[in-house]
Amino acid sequence: MQSVFASLPGFLHATWLTIEIAVLVILLSWVFGLVAALGKRSRFVLLRAPSDFYIWFVRGTPAMIQIFAVYFGLPQFGISMSPFLAGVITLSLNSGAYVAEIIRGGLMAIPQGQYESPIALGLSHAQSFRRIILPQVARIILPAITNEAVATLKNTSLLSVITVVELTFHAQIVIAKTFQPFQFYILAALIYLLLTTLLTHASAVLEARNAARS
Amino acid sequence: MPPLLEVRNLRKSYGSLEVLHGISVAIAPGEVVAVIGASGSGKSTFLRCLNLLERPTSGELIFDGKPVAYDDEGWGWRRDRQLRWLRSEVGMVFQSFNLWPHRTVIENIIEAPMAVKKVPRHEAVDQAEDLLRRIGLVDKRDAYPSRLSGGQQQRVAIIRSLAMKPKLMLFDEVTSALDPQLVGEVLSLMASLAADGMTMLAVTHEISFARSVSNRTIFFDGGVIAEEGPSQIVLNQPRQARTQQFLSRTLPAIGPAVTRAEPGLAHGLRA
Repeated sequence: MQSVFASLPGFLHATWLTIEIAVLVILLSWVFGLVAALGKRSRFVLLRAPSDFYIWFVRGTPAMIQIFAVYFGLPQFGISMSPFLAGVITLSLNSGAYVAEIIRGGLMAIPQGQYESPIALGLSHAQSFRRIILPQVARIILPAITNEAVATLKNTSLLSVITVVELTFHAQIVIAKTFQPFQFYILAALIYLLLTTLLTHASAVLEARNAARS
Repeated sequence: MPPLLEVRNLRKSYGSLEVLHGISVAIAPGEVVAVIGASGSGKSTFLRCLNLLERPTSGELIFDGKPVAYDDEGWGWRRDRQLRWLRSEVGMVFQSFNLWPHRTVIENIIEAPMAVKKVPRHEAVDQAEDLLRRIGLVDKRDAYPSRLSGGQQQRVAIIRSLAMKPKLMLFDEVTSALDPQLVGEVLSLMASLAADGMTMLAVTHEISFARSVSNRTIFFDGGVIAEEGPSQIVLNQPRQARTQQFLSRTLPAIGPAVTRAEPGLAHGLRA
């Protein structure tokens, strides 16, 4: 047990890296997801087709393979990235495909009249989208997007396979030294649990606030 | 006086189906025009073409003396600016209110003046409060739309359009989604707008409203204007057989008996 306490500073450091990766990946996945969702709704096939392909391909292949392909495969074509960068980009693109479908669902749930009334008042399409449509979509998709963020947070553990010293890989390193797999896997699991709990709690607070403001 | 809005030979098709077969209308400033007709006669599509929520297939649209170029396809900034200019001068009220549920009443009203006309916030708020006072809803200033009755929501939607100081107001069956006892307060507000000299075009099923408030009535049938003229004549002594037929089917449902049973409505029409 003593070794668990002794290892805490190291775990804290790895946890911080996990948080950094997760925050970056979640934010980027919203950007990719929004672009792909809008692309898929576009009346131009040149925007629709790439979005369709992206969502179809990414959702239909394992995240682990995607990570290997980017980190080990792309250097064959002269594109080398640090494990951190390769991991963040791949996970963001991966999660973005799911986020795209969540956002698309949210956009479909907004009644047609909400799209028309700001336009009829003279707002530009960009203004209507940003100020009238998007805030409503955000409220609708909050539970689903939280779900996806939780999955993404846990998926950061996949980056252990490309030597990113995040929480899971750090646990493995410590276990290799101490031969105490049970204690340290449980410790890592509890830290993930703490992080995901914070995330779902924040989401619940937001949801309650939104309910009061409608 | 030159017309505020002139429409010449307006046509609208969806694919091979033409729903408006060449509509021509001129509306003078201050005129109140009721548009009546059965479902599917094209009257709502016509109204939606006037602020280009629907793009006409062909025809001319002249607003305030300026031809509106709507058919210039593509991304053009100039076309977008012209569309936004037209829409900021032409208010539209919808059957389903379309207030924004995530914004309070006052936020609904100040949004367009601030975003489109760059009115400073405090000015927009002052103006919105004035408008709310006029309709007796200033105490709902910070309420969210879901806390309001249908009639209150629709009246807020009307003043949300008025906050843009439009020259023309379009009403698209604005009382059709309301409970009967809430219709009166909305019609009453429209009547007082008409009395203030607002130019209005109202697609409506309320024949009694058309009769008492509008100067002119246009009867749509099968995508054409089948009959038009002073409301008293079109609604009381229609010349066309199909207008007579339409009115004879409509009148018993919302005739004087209902007006008597709904003091709110009668009050609204006197206002």
